[in-house]
Amino acid sequence: MRTKSTTVAMATATVLALAACGSGDGGGGGQAAAEGLTGEGTGADCTIDQPVPLAAVLSLTGAAASYGRSQQQGLELALAELNEQGGVTYDLTIEDDETDPRQSITLFDQFTGQDPVSLIIGPTLSNAAVQADPIAQDAGVPVLGISNTAEGVTEIGDFIFRNSLTEQAVIPQTIAAAKEEYGLQRVVVMYSNDDAFTESGYEAFAAALKDEGIEVAETLTFSKSDTDFRALLTQAQAANPDAVVVSALIEAAIPLVTQARQVGIDVPIIGGNGFNNPQLMAEAGEAAEGVVVGAAWNSASDNPENQEFLQAFEAEYGSQPDQFAAQAYAGLKLVDQAVRAGCSAAAEDLQQALGDLQGVPTVLGEFSIDENRNADHPATVQIVQDGRFAVLQ
Amino acid sequence: MQQFLNGISIGSIYALFAIGFTLVFGILDRLNLAHPSVFAVSAFVGIELVERVGLSIWTALPVVFLVGGLLGLVIERVAFRPLKNRPDAHFAGLISSIAIAGMLIALLQWRYGPDTRRFPPGSFPGTDFEVVGARVTLVQVVIVAVSIALMVALTYLVTRTRLGRGMRAIAENPTAARVLGVNVDRVTAWTFAISSALGAVAGVLFAINVNTAQLGMGAAIELKGLAVIIVGGMGSLPGALIGGLLLGLAEVFAVEYVGSSWRDVIAFGLLFAILLLRPQGLLGARKVREV
Repeated sequence: MRTKSTTVAMATATVLALAACGSGDGGGGGQAAAEGLTGEGTGADCTIDQPVPLAAVLSLTGAAASYGRSQQQGLELALAELNEQGGVTYDLTIEDDETDPRQSITLFDQFTGQDPVSLIIGPTLSNAAVQADPIAQDAGVPVLGISNTAEGVTEIGDFIFRNSLTEQAVIPQTIAAAKEEYGLQRVVVMYSNDDAFTESGYEAFAAALKDEGIEVAETLTFSKSDTDFRALLTQAQAANPDAVVVSALIEAAIPLVTQARQVGIDVPIIGGNGFNNPQLMAEAGEAAEGVVVGAAWNSASDNPENQEFLQAFEAEYGSQPDQFAAQAYAGLKLVDQAVRAGCSAAAEDLQQALGDLQGVPTVLGEFSIDENRNADHPATVQIVQDGRFAVLQ
Repeated sequence: MQQFLNGISIGSIYALFAIGFTLVFGILDRLNLAHPSVFAVSAFVGIELVERVGLSIWTALPVVFLVGGLLGLVIERVAFRPLKNRPDAHFAGLISSIAIAGMLIALLQWRYGPDTRRFPPGSFPGTDFEVVGARVTLVQVVIVAVSIALMVALTYLVTRTRLGRGMRAIAENPTAARVLGVNVDRVTAWTFAISSALGAVAGVLFAINVNTAQLGMGAAIELKGLAVIIVGGMGSLPGALIGGLLLGLAEVFAVEYVGSSWRDVIAFGLLFAILLLRPQGLLGARKVREV
């Protein structure tokens, strides 16, 4: 009985103490934090005394886990490099949204509420971004999407930025390059119509095909959780197309490509951004040969930032980075640029500085933020050859 | 023709799954909702066997059949037997089998994580055949062959063997069967084992067919399986076979003639129509509930 009452007393004391701490942080603490986030000097000389709090909301488990893990590696590599540089240090919290938009919302609430940060990176999927970004917009916390490519994400508000080229920017270049290479006249389009990302990819494909004057023989839809595509592919094959154009996430892309080859579709398969993942070659094997994918990042680019990144990544993780790692890496570097530009990590200064980014050399090439807070930099078109992405010439 | 073969191949997996489902229902009058999780577990086990133990996918099949049988025994022992004397045994078993299903999936997630798993590259023979202008892979042929073989064996078992007689006796009247000297507990356990073994093979075949195993794959087929056994006639084995093939074909031809977005509407609409016309299902006997 005695021990019990002591425990209760202790618990009560702890709760009270926590409550006191909590209110301190929520009120005056936030203000103080914002003041401590402005420093002296500009650019490389900028010094900010306290570490800049940042958060990343990534899909480390669930359907998009393979993207999220790449992003985590890219961010951690960039973080280590930046913190070594000195002057400004970053305190980056990476959290998993389990590929569930509801979880992204919870995390955004946390990072705009009880654990305030200067900027949120992510979330991994456009689907989640569309639902979670409004929270940051309302709270006035800038967001940098590093993989959101669906339409309408940055239209949520003036605190929402992205460094990922939209499908609308990449896809027309992909279709144009493929048309030139293969003389496309007639294609079949397939997409999963229950996902914001693949749906907006489809719309971009449809528009690009129309602009290039390529006939769409048939448009087939499926669900993002489907795994058996034989009926659809047989249908596609019957139309005798010059290529099959697909907007799907990697989980569907792998069985789709595998089964397409089994059914006997030997024409090129042109994929959206979801195909842009080395997992495709690892798991679809030979079937992936000849898949054409537009990409925001040219892994073979010889610009010095890219070469440095490739070496550092290989040394750290013993594997080749993918586009998601590259965009994540570039994203954190861009945040650093923006912080140093005004030598402030206060939300509004950071928002201003992000919008002003122009011609920054990054692993993605010369990078600017356009007037709609979207990324502006050259895209590239790749083809799978001998189990890896090569540039389509 | 190609589409017909696609439909037969996916339909025979539905049928195999549904036959396991309907076997327990027809004989024991219990709905075992852990069946879909056996379907998922066996797919992961199959991949593990091929990847770690190095079995070929064909030798993995009988092993998975046995694993499924064991799982069935466990399910019967844990979820059904302790509750069998309760007045609401049907409902209690239904709920406790849902609990088992949840636990099995949680165990899978603990062991393998949430990611999609696939057979290692090169596990499948690339052989394919031309059949009347259609292209069929060896995998598809094997799926259909294995499904048919298992269904024939099951029919033989139920109609010709002592165990089968016991099953039919219990289906008729469990109390009377017991009085006549049928070991009801043992026959019940066997029924669960066979049912789950069939579900397990269906799971591996499905995973082989699409080279994908996901935690949610059981849930995805669960409704289809239920639809199939209702349309075929609850408890009717040939009904489940025909229902499964019908659903596979309906899905495939909906894509061909109506449009891919309408696939589920057409397939399930058709099933609904059948139920309106024949409420007892295609091959179900009209059951008179005695009061």
